[in-house]
Amino acid sequence: MSTTNRSRRNFIKNTSALALGSTLPISMIELAFANSNENFTFAYISDSHIQHIKGTRFVRNWDQGLKRAVAETNLLTPKPDFVMFGGDLAQLGSKPELDHGAEILSAISNDIHYVMGEHDYYLDLGAYWEKLFGPQYYSFDHKGVHFIVLNSIRTYDEWTYNRWPSNEQRMLEMAGLDNPNGSPFMVGNEQRKWLNNDLAKIAKTTPIVVFSHSPLQKIYKGWNFWTEDAEQIQALLKPYNKVSVIYGHVHQIQYNQIGNISFHSVMATAWPWPYPSTYAQAEQYLPQLTVPMNRADPFFERDATGWQFINMANGNVDLNFTLNSNKNRSVKFNNVNKRPEDSQFQEQGSQIPPQTHY
Amino acid sequence: MRYIFVLTCSLALLTACTQSQNKNPEAKVVTTSKPSVLSSQSDGDPLLGLPAVPIPNDNLQTPEKISLGDKLFHDKRFSIDGTVSCANCHDAKKAFGDGLAVSLGHHDLTGTRNAPTVINAAFYTSQFWDGREPDLEGQSKQPFVNPVEHGLTDHEVILEIVRTDTDYQTAFSSIFGVSGKQVSIDHVAKAIASFERTIISGNSPFDRYYFKGDTKAMSDTQVRGFKLFIGQGRCVSCHTIEQDHALFTDNRFHNIGIGINDIQQDVPRLAEAFLQAKNKDVDVDIMVLTDKKSSELGRFAITNELDKVGAFKTPTLRNIEMTAPYMHDGSLKTLKDVIIHYHNGGVTPASAKVNAYLSGGIRPLNLTEAQIDDLVAFMKALTSPEYAQSSANTTIN
Repeated sequence: MSTTNRSRRNFIKNTSALALGSTLPISMIELAFANSNENFTFAYISDSHIQHIKGTRFVRNWDQGLKRAVAETNLLTPKPDFVMFGGDLAQLGSKPELDHGAEILSAISNDIHYVMGEHDYYLDLGAYWEKLFGPQYYSFDHKGVHFIVLNSIRTYDEWTYNRWPSNEQRMLEMAGLDNPNGSPFMVGNEQRKWLNNDLAKIAKTTPIVVFSHSPLQKIYKGWNFWTEDAEQIQALLKPYNKVSVIYGHVHQIQYNQIGNISFHSVMATAWPWPYPSTYAQAEQYLPQLTVPMNRADPFFERDATGWQFINMANGNVDLNFTLNSNKNRSVKFNNVNKRPEDSQFQEQGSQIPPQTHY
Repeated sequence: MRYIFVLTCSLALLTACTQSQNKNPEAKVVTTSKPSVLSSQSDGDPLLGLPAVPIPNDNLQTPEKISLGDKLFHDKRFSIDGTVSCANCHDAKKAFGDGLAVSLGHHDLTGTRNAPTVINAAFYTSQFWDGREPDLEGQSKQPFVNPVEHGLTDHEVILEIVRTDTDYQTAFSSIFGVSGKQVSIDHVAKAIASFERTIISGNSPFDRYYFKGDTKAMSDTQVRGFKLFIGQGRCVSCHTIEQDHALFTDNRFHNIGIGINDIQQDVPRLAEAFLQAKNKDVDVDIMVLTDKKSSELGRFAITNELDKVGAFKTPTLRNIEMTAPYMHDGSLKTLKDVIIHYHNGGVTPASAKVNAYLSGGIRPLNLTEAQIDDLVAFMKALTSPEYAQSSANTTIN
């Protein structure tokens, strides 16, 4: 702790020499490896759901969400080391959607690493996505941290290959919520074997960050806030001292600690979940994992959407949520309680009660 | 004073009163609530549709203070060349605006922003287009020392005058109990703010229609426009109307695609340069009024918040017909241009590129030509009677 604080103070001192105060939100660099050269941030944009209407027309609202996140990411000072895109770039996985999304993302002035979402995948099982963005699962190292990207939204082969009359039908079935025809997400044998081999080369003290689209924990099956082989993945990650999992898909802020693994969700740029209770068309069974968000304002279509930039903090991740028309949030690893905590709203007394009606 | 003459003049005398310098010694009615006695008069309650004026505890209204503020507001000596008073850009004959796209300072220097009307500014919870001052007191001090407005290097010139001019000496002594070096710019600001808190005005045809149930107060096209205003036009979400009053502003800041659209590629560079300059204590007021591109950063320049890039305060719509041209940079000439800008989803012309920081409430409206005209007609139902009169001999619109 004291080491962290000292190096953080030094770092802030050094930063202010650049004439950018530590209080400026777009320079919210904090902390934290012993060697300050290893401090870094990366930005995380996710769940844009670019939706093709026809011809050159796309759903305006989703376009604006992604464009806004891209423009704001480009305002970060100092620049993040890289940008992650967390999956569901497209709504129904089509070439026009993926192309259009890639074009919007091309305005980012950093390297981007991509995660596969189910909305990108179930039309052609990621074939066109791979052409644009590269392999569906991979790993890379950056400043002493090992980053792993998994395709966590695969499912049983029988469902994928033998059940549907068309690829389009398959895509639509997986896009549905509370769909009795759906199927649970999973990482699967092939990738677990690869993960095992990939991890074998990594020292137990190396901080590990895993990016997936679905939560690598089981939250709510009906909406696939779920990964069928979550326990097996967690077991593979268990020997490592510092592991963080960052996932998209849920369009809301969630965080959790299971053993040595910190779990974080990221926000969507498209729309928020859960819907306000007055708008929900089905009963919601989310457990009490999250600090309730302010309800979305139906007039401001960007309300309760957002993106985040992430500090690597002594090998843990601190998520800074940038929420348009809403109060920004920050979820950081608490070294005393050994779990991620909301920096403002963690205590019961400081939470804002959710509104129950419009 | 404008408020006072409303109270004391009958409608027939209004024009004459406007032209006199309001020296009526009986004019001393100051109130924070609606004077209900006026409701019985034939021209109605001039404050119909307004809430109580918020008066700060440390600057209560008195007739003498208001009168002093009026005088200070019109004193051209408070400028580098003796030509600029507050009233230059906030002219009572032009509905307390100046009818220009951006205002003229000393030596015809221009700033970057359209002079907002003083009428009903007392109700805003922040002042200036970017809200960089919380109140009228704070606002009133800045134009004096802005290089393109009054052009003074500091407030000393003003203090020199008010400490030596015998009329001012008497007034400051009796109102604030200060003299000589004790007179500070804060006293000047308080008096000006007190005066501005009397420039409030309601009782538009809309107010009589909506709050008094006078169905004849608005024309058919205005009534249709009102329905669009609270419906398909989505206007009311920011230009708010409450159950017992309407200020037509949410006092928030929104990027509606004005000004920012032309500098989109420059925003990352501008934002970084601006924050660096701000961190070196460069004066934000000077920077935003002298550098057109920095000006377009809007509320972001004040709060550093990413979702405020290109965002400006929602202005009231009261008397909007009389305060052309429109928007923070005066870039839209007519009310129809404004409605079409919103109709286009935050771009003018329709083919321009939507800016990435656009406020989430702005989207294409799919209005017909007739609906656009109805909305324009409704805007013209928001004019208070005294300004409808004073506009008759101006050339606006």
